[in-house]
Amino acid sequence: MYELINVDKKFPGVHALKSVDFKIGRGEIVGLVGENGAGKSTLMKVIYGAHQPDGGDITIDGTKVRFQNPRQAMDHGIGMVFQEQSLITNLTVMENIFLGFEQQFVSYGVINWKAMAEAARKQLAKVKLDIDPGTTTSKLSFAQRQLVELAKVLTLEERIDGDLVILLDEPTSVLAKEEVELLFSLVRELTKRASFIFVSHRMDEVLDLSDRIYVMKDGEVVDVVAHDDANVDAIQHKMVGRDVDKEYYREQKQKPYQVEAKPLVAFQNVTATGKYSDISFDLRPGEVLCLVGTEGSGREAILRTIFGLETPSAGAVSIKGVPVSKFNAQVGVANGVGYIPRERKVEGIVAGMSVYENMTLSQMGNYANSGVLRIGEEKTLARRWIDRLAIKTPDVYKDCGGLSGGNQQKVVLAKWRSAGSDIILLDHPTRGLDIGAKEDVYDMVREMSDDGVGIILVADTLEEAIGLSHTIIVLKDGNAQKRFDCSPGDKPSLYDLVHHMI
Amino acid sequence: MSNVLTRDVLIKWAPLIVLLVLVLFFTAMEPRFFSLRNFARIGISSAPALMVAIGVTFIIIMGSIDLSMEGTVSVCAVVFAFAFIALGGTLASWAWLAIPLALLVGGAIGLVNGLVHVLLKIPSFMASLAMGFVGTGFALLLTGGDRIRVEDDLFRSLLTERWFGFPIMCYVALLFLLIAWFIQSRTTLGRNFYAVGGGEELAHASGLNVNRVRIMGFALAGVFYAVGALLAVGRIGIAETATGSNFMFVSITSVVVGGTALWGGIGGVWNTLIGVLIVNVINNGMVVIGLPGYVQDGVLGILVIAAVVLSTDRKSVTFVK
Repeated sequence: MYELINVDKKFPGVHALKSVDFKIGRGEIVGLVGENGAGKSTLMKVIYGAHQPDGGDITIDGTKVRFQNPRQAMDHGIGMVFQEQSLITNLTVMENIFLGFEQQFVSYGVINWKAMAEAARKQLAKVKLDIDPGTTTSKLSFAQRQLVELAKVLTLEERIDGDLVILLDEPTSVLAKEEVELLFSLVRELTKRASFIFVSHRMDEVLDLSDRIYVMKDGEVVDVVAHDDANVDAIQHKMVGRDVDKEYYREQKQKPYQVEAKPLVAFQNVTATGKYSDISFDLRPGEVLCLVGTEGSGREAILRTIFGLETPSAGAVSIKGVPVSKFNAQVGVANGVGYIPRERKVEGIVAGMSVYENMTLSQMGNYANSGVLRIGEEKTLARRWIDRLAIKTPDVYKDCGGLSGGNQQKVVLAKWRSAGSDIILLDHPTRGLDIGAKEDVYDMVREMSDDGVGIILVADTLEEAIGLSHTIIVLKDGNAQKRFDCSPGDKPSLYDLVHHMI
Repeated sequence: MSNVLTRDVLIKWAPLIVLLVLVLFFTAMEPRFFSLRNFARIGISSAPALMVAIGVTFIIIMGSIDLSMEGTVSVCAVVFAFAFIALGGTLASWAWLAIPLALLVGGAIGLVNGLVHVLLKIPSFMASLAMGFVGTGFALLLTGGDRIRVEDDLFRSLLTERWFGFPIMCYVALLFLLIAWFIQSRTTLGRNFYAVGGGEELAHASGLNVNRVRIMGFALAGVFYAVGALLAVGRIGIAETATGSNFMFVSITSVVVGGTALWGGIGGVWNTLIGVLIVNVINNGMVVIGLPGYVQDGVLGILVIAAVVLSTDRKSVTFVK
């Protein structure tokens, strides 16, 4: 019924979809799985009209269509239930359901609230939600909100004559087990009127619900499995199967870390409610410890705890043998922790400030006498690190916002290293960098290890995690699943990791 | 070099160019505009406004806004006048102590302002606007609506004594401009203002105590408002509740017209100097060529919009609240 034929989509530097074929029949539930960055979300966006494909065709019942925006896709019966809940929480349930489509209740410029409430009640009945449509959305539980989202999409039923295709993007991520089952039974019932595309990180759920499963990798559909032939292992192999180049990750430069040395960071049964629970590990000098898991598995929260941006609710954290009692960023910096966040533009560099100003931002105290800066020394420091890390900038006065991503990353690294940080937290350090710049980052990681710096890494890809790390801890839903030793030549395979991740 | 006149360069120098064009325009319309006497007049009207505008520049660089200047200026002026008279009424006596007292009061009001904003988590514009009203009310309470005359010749020499045609108050303002420049470019506090305005998340993630920076910023602004109050009293020899009137519009207009971005991180005290001069040249020039007052306000309003349009890269801004 709904079909994508040879659909191609390119973004600057990324070939996000490579001639993808995708088909969904009437009343079918189709699963869509793949690693982060495999192209799932791009594919979804093409389907619901947020992106326009560069090549290929979209057909509905054999007729070619082209959507300029999600609204046009909706007019053809394609609706999206968003992963991050897209309800406006200060509006009532009925206002949310009919947001943008209020016109049907308007006469002479005045909204007939009674009619809208009646219509909303009808929609809510479809998802078996018995609440007053006049309730403010913020008062609902997450599960209820998810159902309201679904009800909102189901209004398409009345508006559209043809068939419906409804996309569910990670709808279960905020739900409890019973709620998931409720949602699934509802979806199955609704297949009488609509087809569903279901995206989830949780493999068991996808297998459970879907009639067919599309497996994506690197922008391609690598396999389509029918429900009865589906097998978790086989699918996971398909998701990650590719060769790893050892040279690329500087594996030959990986040296054993100082196992006997006093740990730089020690976690003992640390829990942060709602983020992660009962995490224990030691980070020793020279070690690269990699936290692996899907988005929301607690990786970032652990980094934030070490830096002091997140206060744990139970357990003991100690840095260099000293228990941490107060969690804030100033204490983290004073303890020698350097944090290199994922969003360089937001948390990494201040655009508008020069290279040398950015480098000394975390350590201005060292370059000032009672508040008056010694700018000459700052510039000397900046020049030294520009040479040492081969940062490409015309001079120390250059606005950091004007540097390339790789060079910005080097400035951030220089900022922490020059301040003497010996615990470095790297959150997706290579995201958005081109290959050459990535290799520079890998070199820097090795150099820091050789200097006895302890590194905790959240890598951009699993290969990167395996290639760079001495130790890997796999996380799932905030719990540590498995610890791997990754000495060169004896590294776990991608499949080993994925197996514990989802 | 073909890229000398890029957009960035143009934006950087636009305020100065506007100022020069205005001066040429008014001179062409009325040659008497271009005289030392008239420039001194512009200097006198600019000096207090410059001090207030510099104070609020720091706040705007941080990405906040401070609207308490009218109340703060009034309180500082009135407290200064009372203390000055009570302590002897001439600078040659202990009455000079009234000057540091006024600065202290300004700093204290700013400090409270910052504390209310940061600790109670009230948006800065609301916290400072409220504090401004409190200040104006308090000044009225102190004076009971009276005007307090400060007639000490030594203090009034701020206006009466002239070096190279300009009264002393212009040089005082210049001195404080240099101090502000030093704070902006040479101290950790000044650097922190830019860091907080350019990326608050990042400043926090670099271990800066962002709250402390904010509070210090408001306190510093308060001190500059106090200097503005002293010059304002020096100019007319009277302290009253109305001493602070009109400073809000003039100072914020000046900062914006000078090219400091309202969302923080960009600009500085030299921009503000140019901005204050633009505003005062327009005010003065329109009087000189004989246009009525309401035209001045209209022109200033248009100028503010033009300045913001020029300095904003509107492609990168999707929503404006």
